[in-house]
Amino acid sequence: MTTVDPANTTPVDPNAVSLTINGKVVSARKGDLIIAAADKSNDFIPRFCYHPRMAPAGMCRQCLVEVEGPRGPMMVVSCMTPVAEGQVVRTETEQVKKAQEGVLELLLANHPLDCPVCDKGGECPLQDQAFSHGPGESRYVEEKRHYEKPIPISDNVFLDRERCILCDRCTRFADEVAGDALISFTSRGNNTQVMTFPDEPFSSYFSGNTVQICPVGALTAKPYRFKARPWDLDQTESTCTTCSVGCRTVVQSSRDELVRYQGVDIDPVNWGWLCDRGRFNFESVNSDERLTTPFVKDAQGNHVATTWSGALDAAARMLRTALAVSPESVAIIGGARGTNEDAFAWAQLADAMGVNQRDAQLADGLPAEVFALPQASIDEAVTANTIILLSPDLKEELPVLYLRVRDVAQKRKSKVVEITSRPTGLTPSAWKTVLVEPGKIASTISAGLDPVILKQIASGSVSVIVGRMNLAESAESTVLALAEILHVAPQAKVLPVLRRGNVRGAITAGLTPQHGAADTAEILALAAAGKIDTLVLLGADPLSDVPDADLARRGLAGARNIISVDTFMTPSTSQADVVLPAAAFGEKNGTTTNLEGRMSNVAQKITPAGTSRPDWMIAAELAIALGKDLGVNSVEEVTAKLVKTVAQFAPAANTKALRHDGVLMNHPTPLTLSRTTLAVSDRNSYDYRIVSFRKLYDAAVGTAKSPSLAQLATGATVVVHPLDLARIGVELGANVQVISAKSTVVLPVTTSEDVLRGTAWLPFNQPGNDGREIFGVHADIVDVRIEKLA
Amino acid sequence: MSSYPHAPGFVAGDRPKVVTSRFEYTDSFTIERYLATDGYAALRKALSKPAADIHEEVKGATVLGRGGAGFPAGTKWGLTPQQVWPRYLVVNGDESEPGTYKDRLLMERDPHQLIEGCLIACYAAGLSQCFLYIRGEMALAQERVATALNEAYAAGYVGKNILGSKFSVDIVLHWGAGAYVVGEETALIESLEGNRGMPRLKPPFFPAANGLYGQPTIVNNVETLANLPWLIRNGVEAYTAIGTKTSPGTRMVAVSGHVKRPGVYEIINGTTTFRDLIFGEEFCGGIRNGNKLKAFVPGGGSAPWFTPDQLDLPFEASQVGPAGSMLGSGAIMVMDETTDIPAAALTLTHFYAHESCGKCTPCREGGTWLERILTRVVNGTGTDADLQQLIEVGTSICPGDFPHASNEALGLSAVPFPYKMTTICFVGPSAYAPIHSALTLFRSEFEARVTKRITIPVTAVGAAS
Amino acid sequence: MSRLTDANVVIAKEIIGRYPRPKSALVPLLHLSQEQNGYITREAMVHLGELVGVTSAEVYGTATFYEMFRFEPVGKYLINMCGTMSCALMGAGELMHHAEHKLGVKAGGTTADGMFTLAHAECQAACTEAPTLQVNYRYRFHVTPTDFDNLVDDLRAGKLADEIPAHGVLAKVRQRIPADKGVGAVAPEDVTEGPAWLDGKPAL
Repeated sequence: MTTVDPANTTPVDPNAVSLTINGKVVSARKGDLIIAAADKSNDFIPRFCYHPRMAPAGMCRQCLVEVEGPRGPMMVVSCMTPVAEGQVVRTETEQVKKAQEGVLELLLANHPLDCPVCDKGGECPLQDQAFSHGPGESRYVEEKRHYEKPIPISDNVFLDRERCILCDRCTRFADEVAGDALISFTSRGNNTQVMTFPDEPFSSYFSGNTVQICPVGALTAKPYRFKARPWDLDQTESTCTTCSVGCRTVVQSSRDELVRYQGVDIDPVNWGWLCDRGRFNFESVNSDERLTTPFVKDAQGNHVATTWSGALDAAARMLRTALAVSPESVAIIGGARGTNEDAFAWAQLADAMGVNQRDAQLADGLPAEVFALPQASIDEAVTANTIILLSPDLKEELPVLYLRVRDVAQKRKSKVVEITSRPTGLTPSAWKTVLVEPGKIASTISAGLDPVILKQIASGSVSVIVGRMNLAESAESTVLALAEILHVAPQAKVLPVLRRGNVRGAITAGLTPQHGAADTAEILALAAAGKIDTLVLLGADPLSDVPDADLARRGLAGARNIISVDTFMTPSTSQADVVLPAAAFGEKNGTTTNLEGRMSNVAQKITPAGTSRPDWMIAAELAIALGKDLGVNSVEEVTAKLVKTVAQFAPAANTKALRHDGVLMNHPTPLTLSRTTLAVSDRNSYDYRIVSFRKLYDAAVGTAKSPSLAQLATGATVVVHPLDLARIGVELGANVQVISAKSTVVLPVTTSEDVLRGTAWLPFNQPGNDGREIFGVHADIVDVRIEKLA
Repeated sequence: MSSYPHAPGFVAGDRPKVVTSRFEYTDSFTIERYLATDGYAALRKALSKPAADIHEEVKGATVLGRGGAGFPAGTKWGLTPQQVWPRYLVVNGDESEPGTYKDRLLMERDPHQLIEGCLIACYAAGLSQCFLYIRGEMALAQERVATALNEAYAAGYVGKNILGSKFSVDIVLHWGAGAYVVGEETALIESLEGNRGMPRLKPPFFPAANGLYGQPTIVNNVETLANLPWLIRNGVEAYTAIGTKTSPGTRMVAVSGHVKRPGVYEIINGTTTFRDLIFGEEFCGGIRNGNKLKAFVPGGGSAPWFTPDQLDLPFEASQVGPAGSMLGSGAIMVMDETTDIPAAALTLTHFYAHESCGKCTPCREGGTWLERILTRVVNGTGTDADLQQLIEVGTSICPGDFPHASNEALGLSAVPFPYKMTTICFVGPSAYAPIHSALTLFRSEFEARVTKRITIPVTAVGAAS
Repeated sequence: MSRLTDANVVIAKEIIGRYPRPKSALVPLLHLSQEQNGYITREAMVHLGELVGVTSAEVYGTATFYEMFRFEPVGKYLINMCGTMSCALMGAGELMHHAEHKLGVKAGGTTADGMFTLAHAECQAACTEAPTLQVNYRYRFHVTPTDFDNLVDDLRAGKLADEIPAHGVLAKVRQRIPADKGVGAVAPEDVTEGPAWLDGKPAL
């Protein structure tokens, strides 16, 4: 808190602390640790266990310094000692040097000196600090500790216990930060080691972070092991676009191939963390299955490789023909995968063509009006007194946002109220979890929440994290529930959590239905009815992502021509008449927008695969072919035009900010939602109401084409309460029929105690048969019967 | 003086008995005996006064902590932050310091006295739940305390509305599973939370402010609490009339090793000297077999050693500290002239290396390293350089001068206690303490070991001459 | 199946209920499980994790810290021979040597008949009675080689069955807090007020 002294207008910070480090006066804030203050004053104190984003452990003892005390200098660990006014700290005295050298010698005592074959060699804090703060020689002549090396502790992480210096970083991360305490110190004293429970892997969605923060080569990640030496790496800072959290990353390559992503610590978003999906899906960029050349369909319906000019001509011809009939016979689906520039260029092209039917969402999101409510940034959302979750399982869909919410909940800084049809990864951290059957969320809220919750809501600031919690329930149902929440919490700010990488940027840049035109579900229905002549798919795969499989299938079959801009031959792309290979993440420059509207840069590190090109360039060239030149020749020109054209993007003119923390877009004047009731019928003869949700690892191309991740997708089962198994009359794991009004699918049945009775779970877009046949995109809810196979 | 067969180890005497008054009874652990011998009278007396008055009495009596650090209990209770609730009492009955076993006797022989002490502490300091943590290996103590608690609950001395008053507190029996380091109060709290018993750094984890579940927590030793019923019954004056001003009351001291009558004694605090304890007829009666005293450990295995030069020091922290050691947990281990000093040091170094929790690098790595070097020396395969290396490794655990006693024959003057340390708790330094003492006071015994190795091969094997 | 039996689950829940946070019951529950099975099994750790709401890895981390927990079957009688300072000064080394000879196993080993596991132990808090040992945590003081032989023979002959239960059983008496007498445990965050007796007046 800053107060202003009216006398001299110099702000006086009551939390300011002034101390002396190595003779220099340093200013810090109350509660800062000496080690952090010293970092700011460029007095580097060696450390291993200290990590600024985790509670200090004070266990490696490397950061010992001297602090002047009443009885002379005292030796303290700077990672656990807070600064104090007038404190005198010395980090370089003989005593300190001797203590630090002593600790380093002891750390090295049992550390194998296998640096030449260690992935960490060259970027290893132990190596570096042994060089800068070590004794220079070892007097340890005893036999070192021996363990089997290295052992896999999960599908992607290997552990070499001989290299481990027991700093507690990985174990603290797993427990404190990720909430997946699947690794622990075991045994004691000199035999202490990090281990999983026997035969139970460290299957955390965040396991890669432990590899990144390991100060030695004890933890290594399979996707990177022995791929490169750190000094051969070339790197650039970028923003992950796997989901819409927008984690800051470093993209590293070696010999023009992506080899690793590492999290970058920025305050407003990811604090240095990444989820494993975002961290390891660079493999898909390197995939041999990438589209490297354009294709057109020949008369027999086979894809034939062609030149760009040939493919663009074909595409332009189709569009011209369609536009000649009516702009309404053209529709564009997708665009959330690309950059702001990609989306904007396509929106500009659509404008030029007069095409209003465009939608970056795939009938699995929320109406764009959620962006017109009072908006919360991630920081604002997690610092509210009460955080209301009306969202999908953040751990599955937006993992690093889950970490941010979990952080405040665990530290009891905020109270999390979760309203959901299914317990989520945040349920253990939530203050209250209200379990509600699909279709009844709005009515449950309007009927009155628990008075304790209402009292809490009324007691201070509120944020609502809202997204599509159930793909078997209409978006409208969620919007109505949101309207009810905003009625009881009128002060609330909203953080919409649409999932796709740059969905917010794409929508804001114009890839959203214009003037009340058709959205994706309606476009597909029009196409199925033969009313769409040319359908453009911008990195969109309706066959995989639209909840109503039947509608998607009929839509794609009904469109006369399909132009697909994509990185892979997806199920939808394989039906396209013209396939234009797109440059992927890491292969292009530009900007992206995360779920809170933060704009930051994405950077090119490697040459695009084959002849693939960024989407914006494809739009620009198609525009030229159509005689509607967009007037842009470089991505910088697209950014400049975007910043000038779309008011919300204006802050992106600050290109310096874009390259690190990013900058929030302007928000439009807030509107209010109207409250109406949703008429949801009872289940009648159906026994179960479906809750459908995405899991982190699914059939999405970035995952499916990354071998390290593809193996982690489990496949779909229908999950019921254990007590319902007998009712269905089958054994666990048996195949059952799941029958909706629309269709029937056959899936194995599994159980969970967490299933709300009367509901059944069905994960979405899992490899293989995932049951989405039974969904009707226009239904508010999906009710089913589950029966034994005949 | 007399020994009680039902209380092996304990030796009574003609001295004031603050905590051992019931040891003479074979049924001292039953509630019947307890009630017949003023049992729970102190509780009733305490509850008839405001809690703050009882706190004042304990403060006024300067009841020094009997666990090792010697911090006054009443002052400790006053360190809890205002208006932060709940506050807990954690009873440290995880006695494991080599040489020490007074707490086990107090729990086995007079569990109700401990329970009454806990109740008085909870009442005085506003502690709303008590966890009584007994060392895992002490099966009998666990049985006796469990039985006593069951009796006390049934009789209304523990639990809801004690004696019909507004004072309510649960005492939960908790037991460990074998880890010396858990005797350290922050490790004890970790263990009580179901975690690995690894110490926390103080600050910020001073239990009185940030203890069990992050709440204000008082951790008191068994003997400390066992003092309270007598103190409350007899008053501050009677209590402080025993012992000295700075060390009032009595202390339980175990004297083991090469003495004629090893045993646990309740002694008068502050005035009894080591000479009294080791040679006095009232106590151990001298060294076995008429042998000579070589050295003794004055305060549990962690303490730097003394030699006969220090025999006349009293059991008083303010004198033992400047003399280069500590009183610790009230345990004296006596070595006569037949003792193999390097081997004796090794048993202690092995103990602390083995009991390291593994948290701090210097203790985890350094303790084992010390043990390995010393083992080599003891086995006769060490070198001169190893002796220096022992000191070098020790200095990485405890930088600067390490405390030791004065020695006239060696011309040494004392380096006062305490030492500096690069670790969180005392386990790491304790692995070095016996080595440092032994090397400082008996270096020739080490040199004899390493010299032998170097000279033998030269004469035994056909040399070039 | 070495999850806790139904009867032990009842005891476990009673123990858990005494703590403001369930994880605090972990060490006592590990003892309960060792009492049931003689050692700590993998399934037991999974079950305890479920009971106190932590991962199996956390149970494992805690369990392996403490020496009394055994993860492999041990003999019916675990004989812990103290070897720390006072006992060492009083001949513990020789006694261990004798014990190894008598039982025909090295320290750490278990006799072929599964009756005895011989182990090194650290200070047992009976230093004046050195040398000491514990059989399933029941003391024997001033142990001579003859005492040791007699002890082993008596145990084999079942003469000490009343005093010394099989490995795993610690205290033979459990604390029981009657429902009507106990105050009950409350999570610290749910406590908002100070104790009633701190009102400046006598409680009685």
